[in-house]
Amino acid sequence: MLKVSLYRYNPEVDQEPYMQDVELDTGGKDLMVLDVLELLKAKDPTLSYRRSCREGVCGSDGMNINGKNGLACVTPISEALKNGKGGNTLVLRPLPGLPVIRDLVIDMSLFYKQYEKIKPYLINDTPAPAIERLQSPEDREKLDGLYECILCACCSTACPSFWWNPDRFVGPSGLLQAYRFLADSRDTATEQRLSELDDPFSVFRCHGIQNCVNVCPKGLNPTKAIGHIRNMLLSRAS
Amino acid sequence: MANIRTISFDGVIVGGGGAGMRAALQLAQSGYKTAVISKVFPTRSHTVSAQGGITCAIASADPQDQWQWHMYDTVKGSDYIGDQEAIEYMCSVGPEAVFELDHMGMPFSRTEEGRIYQRPFGGQSKNFGEGGQAARTCAAADRTGHALLHTLYQGNLKNNTVFFNEWYATDIVKNQDGAVVGVMAICIETGEVVYVKSKATVFATGGAGRIYASTTNAHINTGDGVGMALRAGFPVQDIEMWQFHPTGIAGAGVLVTEGCRGEGGYLINKDGERFMERYAPNAKDLAGRDVVARSMTLEILEGRGCGPNGDHVYLKLDHLGEEVLESRLPGICELSRTFAHADPVKEPVPVVPTCHYMMGGIPTNVHGQALTVDANGNDQVIPGLYACGEVACVSVHGANRLGGNSLLDLVVFGRASGLFIEKALREGVEMRDASESDIEQASARLNRVNNSTGGEKVADLRTELQNVMQNHFGVFRRGDYMQEGIRKLADLRGRIENAHLEDKSSAYNTARIEALELHNLFEVAEATAIAAEERKESRGAHARDDFQERDDENWLCHSLYFPGEKRVAKRAVNFTPKTREAFAPKVRTY
Amino acid sequence: MGMVRAVTNFGRSGLSDWLVQRVTGVVLLAYFVVVGVYLFCEGSSLDYAQWSGFFSSTFMRVFSTAAVLSVVAHAWIGLWAVSTDYLTERLMGSTGNVLRLAFQAASAVVLFTYLVWGIQILWS
Repeated sequence: MLKVSLYRYNPEVDQEPYMQDVELDTGGKDLMVLDVLELLKAKDPTLSYRRSCREGVCGSDGMNINGKNGLACVTPISEALKNGKGGNTLVLRPLPGLPVIRDLVIDMSLFYKQYEKIKPYLINDTPAPAIERLQSPEDREKLDGLYECILCACCSTACPSFWWNPDRFVGPSGLLQAYRFLADSRDTATEQRLSELDDPFSVFRCHGIQNCVNVCPKGLNPTKAIGHIRNMLLSRAS
Repeated sequence: MANIRTISFDGVIVGGGGAGMRAALQLAQSGYKTAVISKVFPTRSHTVSAQGGITCAIASADPQDQWQWHMYDTVKGSDYIGDQEAIEYMCSVGPEAVFELDHMGMPFSRTEEGRIYQRPFGGQSKNFGEGGQAARTCAAADRTGHALLHTLYQGNLKNNTVFFNEWYATDIVKNQDGAVVGVMAICIETGEVVYVKSKATVFATGGAGRIYASTTNAHINTGDGVGMALRAGFPVQDIEMWQFHPTGIAGAGVLVTEGCRGEGGYLINKDGERFMERYAPNAKDLAGRDVVARSMTLEILEGRGCGPNGDHVYLKLDHLGEEVLESRLPGICELSRTFAHADPVKEPVPVVPTCHYMMGGIPTNVHGQALTVDANGNDQVIPGLYACGEVACVSVHGANRLGGNSLLDLVVFGRASGLFIEKALREGVEMRDASESDIEQASARLNRVNNSTGGEKVADLRTELQNVMQNHFGVFRRGDYMQEGIRKLADLRGRIENAHLEDKSSAYNTARIEALELHNLFEVAEATAIAAEERKESRGAHARDDFQERDDENWLCHSLYFPGEKRVAKRAVNFTPKTREAFAPKVRTY
Repeated sequence: MGMVRAVTNFGRSGLSDWLVQRVTGVVLLAYFVVVGVYLFCEGSSLDYAQWSGFFSSTFMRVFSTAAVLSVVAHAWIGLWAVSTDYLTERLMGSTGNVLRLAFQAASAVVLFTYLVWGIQILWS
């Protein structure tokens, strides 16, 4: 029997959130955490969480698993228990730092707002050719490790700077995307993008804590991207 | 019901996947007031899972490539019930649509010349099948769907599309003339129900792979658009045609792309034999998906499957070398290690044919206008309703979709719908307003669910439904067995309609959404079952043990399922492309 | 380019704040290394006259002034950042604004006092 401790909160019923202890027969299988949730929800349909692709590419089911942010669908129970917190109990909480709507579902508006703030789209006002805009494999390679972001928010909600200033610090996810467009040889708005990032909050609240790198389920490195942005700001100013 | 809020738009798109966001982008760019209703944040739609690429004759890998060759492959792949006018449109407009994606910023992989990288996929040929294997699938590593979906979302942000994220459309609102004038939708976060009024309602709700127990599809692929259309009395076309993808990871259902075989991977049985050489001597592992899936199933049924239960085969990739695997197929390596506990660099991946794609859907013309057929068999446009993407049946996939054609379908027909609606709106759309009773009628199902007091659990009923479909309507089908399945479904209908929603709360009540989704799953399943039993031949993905041959005399046609009387009619296939003569049906070999 | 983004901020931009922090950090590090090395070399034989003489050289006067200025700039940016992390309207409502401004004012007074006092000691 697997012991599971679940964060529960239904705003219409509960005065405040509480941890619910349940047990589940996993048949001895090392299920993914999402499978555990699906089995629990079959028994108790009131349990709420987000899920879609169940293969780690849509970014719906980011949650705090035994103290560490991750995607439920690609985290096996065995790995979850290795996270340290909770002993032999699987402990599931919503991603920290943003308001909880219900159970494991958080309000991600601020996270999305930061994403929108960095103008996450290609800007190029030169007339487009009849075919694609050419890009060398070397230039394209610069986007690797950036474009793969799935907007799961595991990184930003693991970042203390984002906890304190989610309305002003863009956060690791947004900054990774900011650099994705700064690094794209087809984008011509470098100057505009940089000038919009050069305030004391958007980029510079990153203190290099690297929680983002530690939790990213896609193995991406936002801290490195932020370093690149800083260097671009520096060479632009000098 | 008088207190239901109404929100009005020029165009409303239901579904935030590739097709929906491409249609929305087109409309938003034209300045019309456009909204997207999506039950998940748009980048979490199932398009994100597409891996291998988007097939299109952009003449990068081969400067001589022609869209006509792509058209030939697609017609042949469809086993000749794809509409040739629609296929012609898709293949010829395709390059423009793909270049637009690049201009929007989609991070395609590149060739040394700086052009978009293209890889070989199944069913592709040069020179109308005479020139050998083509490489026509444009790719962003093995994350093409992710790259595409994010790019489209970004494009919509740039163009100020209004998003109703985590809103769920429940039913179509029809006016007294039978025209579609919007949908009822529920805000998942608050539980508020509104009437979203629109001059053009575009269904881009995707597929319904969750009717099967084993599927590559996301949890959200519950056939909401088909369900809503059937409940509104509209027909669906070729709904018996379900693609089983050859390479779903055994046990997990997670997809590994056909691009694996495009890059040089191949399938082996328990004896280590590359068995596709026996079934498709020329194309081998890159034969049509239906052909490969059937061959694999036969290997397994004849006792040459792998693993302790002999219930899967292996996909061998290690001979490609770590460098190719990590640069061309990085996502596959990740998925295989996570879900199959197999590192493709060192060992083969256990795979099994897995439900993947719904070729059928809401019949439309090339402008995305939804169609029905009148008493005389003539096509009739359903005023106000459009469909594009997997939920639609234009039909470019016919009885079997080629790999890489779904993403092209999305962008080409999402775009085409947007273009047509823009034109229609400019010319003026006049439809009578929905009356209070029209809205009440469209709210009836939701109210019934909200007032349910007894009945069975949604999760149990869903599992039962999925098992019936898996067991009775799988890769191989047989009349008596399908009839038994239909009887089981008939028993399930009432039980599902009366399923119990215990949790009546408003805030982020996913139980309510799942109860509503179950109704849609059932509608798709029943239509599939009845149409499959009716089509007495084997064609494309529809393989019958009791009718093993293709029957062009009786079945070179679309099936059209009418929900009211549960009747299956026939509709002619289009054989009149605009710029060339049609490809005549011939025996389909690879 | 160098638009002032926040009136309470010491520098012109996030970048200059960041640069000032790094540069002043380096100055302070160098200063403590020099003083440390001097202390280590002179060791236990050091008396007041020597110590006073060391600091009254023009080089050390300029260097010490730079160090005092660095402390003030470094501390101001650091304390300002801390106050905008923890003393915010988001965390504690309008009290946050009052507390933050009070904290910043107090920091400014203390740092200004250090600056004047330090320069007075060094150059009088």
